[in-house]
Amino acid sequence: MLKYAIRRMIYVLPTLWAVVTFVFFLIRIVPGGPAVAALGSYATEESIRQLEKQMGLDKPILVQYGIFLKDLCQGDLGKSLITRRPISSEIVRALPYTLDLAIGGMIIGILFGIPTGILTALKRNRPADYIGRILSLVGISMPEFYLGILLMYFLAIKLPLFPVLGGGDFGNLGSRLYHLFLPALTLGIIMTAFISRMVRSSMLNVLNEDYVRTAKAKGLHERTVIYKHALRNALIPTVTVIGIYMSILMGGSVLTEIIFSRPGLGKMMVFAVKDRDYIALQSVIIIFSAFVFIFNLITDLLYSIIDPRIEYH
Amino acid sequence: MATISQRAILLRTFKSNKTSVVGLILAFCVVMIALTAPWISPYDPISQDLDIQHAPPSWGHPFGADSYGRDQLSRILWGSRVSLVVGILSVLFAMAAGIPLGMIGGYKGGRIDSLVLRFIDIFMSFPIVILGLLVLAIMGPGLIKIVIAIGVALTPRIARLARGSTLSIKGKEYIEAARAVGQNDGKIMFIHVLPNISGEILVMGTLWVATAIIVEASLSFIGLGVRPPTPSWGAMIRDGLDQLTNAPWLSIFPGLAIFISVFSFNLIADGLRDISDPKLRG
Repeated sequence: MLKYAIRRMIYVLPTLWAVVTFVFFLIRIVPGGPAVAALGSYATEESIRQLEKQMGLDKPILVQYGIFLKDLCQGDLGKSLITRRPISSEIVRALPYTLDLAIGGMIIGILFGIPTGILTALKRNRPADYIGRILSLVGISMPEFYLGILLMYFLAIKLPLFPVLGGGDFGNLGSRLYHLFLPALTLGIIMTAFISRMVRSSMLNVLNEDYVRTAKAKGLHERTVIYKHALRNALIPTVTVIGIYMSILMGGSVLTEIIFSRPGLGKMMVFAVKDRDYIALQSVIIIFSAFVFIFNLITDLLYSIIDPRIEYH
Repeated sequence: MATISQRAILLRTFKSNKTSVVGLILAFCVVMIALTAPWISPYDPISQDLDIQHAPPSWGHPFGADSYGRDQLSRILWGSRVSLVVGILSVLFAMAAGIPLGMIGGYKGGRIDSLVLRFIDIFMSFPIVILGLLVLAIMGPGLIKIVIAIGVALTPRIARLARGSTLSIKGKEYIEAARAVGQNDGKIMFIHVLPNISGEILVMGTLWVATAIIVEASLSFIGLGVRPPTPSWGAMIRDGLDQLTNAPWLSIFPGLAIFISVFSFNLIADGLRDISDPKLRG
């Protein structure tokens, strides 16, 4: 197990390095360079040189890259071109709001998606299945920002049950959850749709397997067959895709944060784009993909725990 | 390749699959709207009439009017053009880049394959919206640039599918036979592999058009879409968001338009998948 975990991590590191390098050089091809972009085309030559000097953007690109990698290893993501504050500390402040949202959305998705998937598979081609399938198609066809606006309109403006904007007081758990509810529900509904479709199709696959037929033929109770034999095996492929879904969730959190004005990473990223603060943009994107890697790694490890055969492949 | 009779069977199965037929009808309507927008729009989508600012839905303006007094219905009808063009072109772009990449990786195997896999891993680590946002932030806004941004983001996903499908048919007799008679690899991939993996890619392609439409709407919602005043649904929702309390129709109708278009492509994809995988046939 540990050996497998280490091997996976060793595989991930070069990929992560490639991602970081790709983002670094892509940001450097901005017309005129990041300093010009941040100050705008009306800035004087002098102020541009000054900012470049201050941020180390005047050094040869490979030297910049070396410094960037060294700083990155020490957890230093550089300074914002606009606020001149260290980006790492802003990320540390924003990250919990995004993680709350992504994890909250995933929990709602799992809680509702798995039972719906099982139900639609067992009631295949009956009304419950049709309704469940149509609803799940509706769910995956709904852009998260549109669903967020609808929920906000009906549950925060028309019926003032939940707050319209903000991330709440982070130290206060009640306020934190209260502000989390609608954004997490937005992503949760969409995840429910994705997960229920996945569970339904893998349940249907498993129900056709020989061992399920054997279990039924042995005269085992229907319930035992479904929960002990079918469900366990049907959930294995589901676990593997939850890592992929986590990446969809991280992407979805950007838009959801904008709608609900949550001060998370997504909002930080969109503001970086608007302010043309390419150094902040570079850092947030690196953090985003690092989290996608982490979630994928966790999924892989989880997978190898659920299905020990996988290690030897 | 499917013979005529097999195609007839597939066509019949497709017709009997209600989801895909409904999806096809809806998608047809959306495409027709996009094609005929200049003739069916009651007003000019960019002409302003400040007398009707934020006007609620009425007979004259069924979907109301926006902050500049522009007719919402006309803007939504015109907006279908951006969504469809970006949705379809970006998937074609991603197919043109991703299919050869995936086929070469899957077919050649070894070093080349692990290189392709690395590439896929690197680019899959960016959520689609975020990679699109990064590319657009660098290149600046514009229709072609959005197509490239979303196309780039979809390429590794299509490459992964093409690679998987190629691997699964690589050992088939007809490929070995082609190799045995001395056909070169390029020819084998083009004549034997491509037609046999195209079915699956087509199904997923429909699904990705739906994804691309959502991503375009998301990017234009963020403000990275086509330049104003060209109407696009995502930007319309963003413009309406400030008025959500007093003029909710400004966000609700364009969102509905996005939903219906995406839903239609998803219905087609769902139907196609049921047909290609009889185990799951509903």
